[in-house]
Amino acid sequence: MAKTAIRATGLNKWFGEGEAKTHAVKDVSFEAYLGEILYVVGPSGSGKTTMLSMISGILRPNSGTVNIEGSEIWSLGTDALAEFRLHKIGFVFQDFHLFPRLTTAENVAIPLILQKRNWDEAVKEAVADLEIVGLKDRAQLPPVKLSGGEQQRVAIARAIVSRPDILILDEPTASLDGDTGRNIVKFVREHILTDQRCIVIVTHDSRIYEFADRIVKMEDGKMMAIERNNVENLNAQ
Amino acid sequence: MGGILHIAYKLLVNDRAKYAALLVGITFAVFLMIEMTSLFAGILIRSSATVLNIGASIWVMDPAIQTVANSIPLPDYVLDEVRSIPGVKYAVPLYSGAALLKLTDGAYQAANIIGLDDTSLFGRPTLDGGNIEDIYAENAFIAVKDSEFYKLENPKVGAEFELNDHRGVIVGIAHVASSGLFGVPTLYTTYNRALQYLPNTRFTISYLLVEPKSPADVAAIKLQVTAAGYLALTKQEFVQKISNFYKYQTGIGTNMLIMTVISFIIGLSISGQTFYTFVLENLEKFGALKAIGAKGRELILMILFQATFVSLTGYGMGVGLCALIIWLARLYLPDYAATITFSNLGLAFVMVVVIAAISSYVGVRKVLRIEPFDIFRG
Repeated sequence: MAKTAIRATGLNKWFGEGEAKTHAVKDVSFEAYLGEILYVVGPSGSGKTTMLSMISGILRPNSGTVNIEGSEIWSLGTDALAEFRLHKIGFVFQDFHLFPRLTTAENVAIPLILQKRNWDEAVKEAVADLEIVGLKDRAQLPPVKLSGGEQQRVAIARAIVSRPDILILDEPTASLDGDTGRNIVKFVREHILTDQRCIVIVTHDSRIYEFADRIVKMEDGKMMAIERNNVENLNAQ
Repeated sequence: MGGILHIAYKLLVNDRAKYAALLVGITFAVFLMIEMTSLFAGILIRSSATVLNIGASIWVMDPAIQTVANSIPLPDYVLDEVRSIPGVKYAVPLYSGAALLKLTDGAYQAANIIGLDDTSLFGRPTLDGGNIEDIYAENAFIAVKDSEFYKLENPKVGAEFELNDHRGVIVGIAHVASSGLFGVPTLYTTYNRALQYLPNTRFTISYLLVEPKSPADVAAIKLQVTAAGYLALTKQEFVQKISNFYKYQTGIGTNMLIMTVISFIIGLSISGQTFYTFVLENLEKFGALKAIGAKGRELILMILFQATFVSLTGYGMGVGLCALIIWLARLYLPDYAATITFSNLGLAFVMVVVIAAISSYVGVRKVLRIEPFDIFRG
């Protein structure tokens, strides 16, 4: 039995007040395990991103709890929560959010620098991680000189450089063409996923469903199903 | 904490266009602020040139006097009265007036004539050429080699001129601490020769220069002089009185203040707006940093560091540029009355700090408001 990485229980989140009140996530509970890739899928506005933000310690739920490897993250103070994210969670943003004024290696080193590691050591480790994603020779270039797929891989290198147990990828294929997107997720499956790491991917790109271990389907803020991967079944829906 | 500042530094200086715009804005503002205040400081110092050059501890004058250049003559008995005050070590008369010289080429040149007490020559300048005793020779004058010296056709010892149909001879060349404000050369002679050569009013003493027996006697001397209907000021008080006149009663101070404030506003506008744009462009990146695990205070530190770094760099460049311009100006314009003082530098520094504080305040507010959730939402 794989160890539980994330346990979300009874998560609710609403925005606005009165008539403008929107219930974005409704009583969602699930578990994600170390060593698996969990997809959160569903149409736009289904609450995927809100749910992702709550389980990654970015958006406080109105009710419910999130337990990551034994820690109730929403009982932590602001600074402690930031520290928790820094050490335990790696993020790959939809638009990458790389700093164009820093080199690729410096971008990757950012989490280590935030951990107050020595600059030169951090950059050295970043270059080693760029080698994992096949971009060592691009280490001294600014990210704007890289292609979309390469930038995505830099973002992945940045997310794993501090060796987090949980990796959060938000729409990793949205800014990429079909083949590149598919190759990126395949790369994540083959090189980034380990027995000691849980990867959560928010997507509505059905072309990459084959790389998931389990899939959480959301609609109107509710979790409609959580099932082991069955690509044909999902595509048919 | 050094690493995050390193990131902040790279984000700032690698955005060359904005970094240059920020530096130009602050440098220009600092240059203008220091230039304006230095010009004013130069005017104030020069307006008190006679007081500084003569160097007497106490000056006795008519209470209506506003500046050293516009003296109101004192009757001779005031000299006797002041000399009789118990704390006075000695008191001597000083003549200060204007004259029109006819130079050897026939041109007329206005000049400031200082008549020193014949006995003591108290307040005499330091001679670069000639002997001080020669001041007692017939028609003798000492020319001051300051920025106006060339207007006397760069005379040498022995050069002659006419003053009120009297023959004048340069017997010495001297230097003083400060040039005058009004762009005229200065000649020293004895008090009695000044009276003899220049047309005068009934009373002839411009100022009484007083040396107290001890610093403790100054207050008593001032009281006694006031009781006699005159005014006694220490050197510093007299300089301050002259400064106050130029600051508050001539409009020069107000104009300089307005120009300084305008420079400040220009600097604030350019750097504030550019810095705001810089922060806006990086806002999503700051949000991403927040999501990754940067704390709010670390982001504030980044913004403050960037604002402080660019402000101090601009300040240094502004000071350097101002010093360079003043140096160049003095090469070609000897009368150029700008003096960079520590007060000018301090004032400009405070204003730059205010510019940095306001610029970074706007940036900090923006960065603190950005939520990492907004980054996910796109």
